[in-house]
Amino acid sequence: MAEPMRIRATMAGDVADVKVLMNHPMETGLRKDAKTGQLVPAHYITDVTATVNGASVLEAGLSGGISKNPYLGFKVKGPKAGDKVVVNWTDNKGDKNSAEATIG
Amino acid sequence: MNALRRNVLKGAAGAGTVAVAVAAGLLKPTQALAGVPRSAFEAKSVGDALKNMGASGPIDSKDITIKAPDIAENGAVVPVEVTSGIAGTSAIAIMAEKNATPLVADFSLKGGAEGYISTRIKMGQTSLVRAVVTAGGKTYTAAKEVKVTIGGCGG
Repeated sequence: MAEPMRIRATMAGDVADVKVLMNHPMETGLRKDAKTGQLVPAHYITDVTATVNGASVLEAGLSGGISKNPYLGFKVKGPKAGDKVVVNWTDNKGDKNSAEATIG
Repeated sequence: MNALRRNVLKGAAGAGTVAVAVAAGLLKPTQALAGVPRSAFEAKSVGDALKNMGASGPIDSKDITIKAPDIAENGAVVPVEVTSGIAGTSAIAIMAEKNATPLVADFSLKGGAEGYISTRIKMGQTSLVRAVVTAGGKTYTAAKEVKVTIGGCGG
């Protein structure tokens, strides 16, 4: 189920700029299927967590109000090039995905 | 970040694992994984959402910058960037005021995370995009209007 997730992390001065692209339909549960007229069941990421070298830097709660294939950018002060960024997400159906990247 | 939480997140059974942890009283149900209770995401108005977040009466702040288009052609994808210049920013929440459920996302910033979040949101119609920033136990807010040509919440 879980599609790959892409992370890019680059250092800009002493701040790591992390960009994450997740693959997810992000259905709100309010949209109707054009063919059947039935509501498309809600299916969206509810939680995203990010760690740098195992230390938590971001815990996010998301809703269906985030666009399909969510993009998330954040900045972390302190890490060095070569440090490891790990991003995990969980959706409302219990699916989850995790990816890691090295800060470059 | 405690070891239990890591295990919960890594648990193969997903929601099941979380449910078990909640049932066992290891995690508080209202804040199973994030800082804001899920009820805030279901709130139908900005006021209710703020109340459920425990952030009633936020103070208007000029130190919060919201970067979003003045006119969004496609409401399904509206890029929003929030920068908080407030020292000690620990959380940033984003709301689209006229969406069916205004609270779009909440970000708890920890470790060395800066007061900056960039993402893309859906907007049903023209409305204010509001950022709610928590810093030092206080809440601050700022808003920017985004005109939406084609709504992105319906079919």
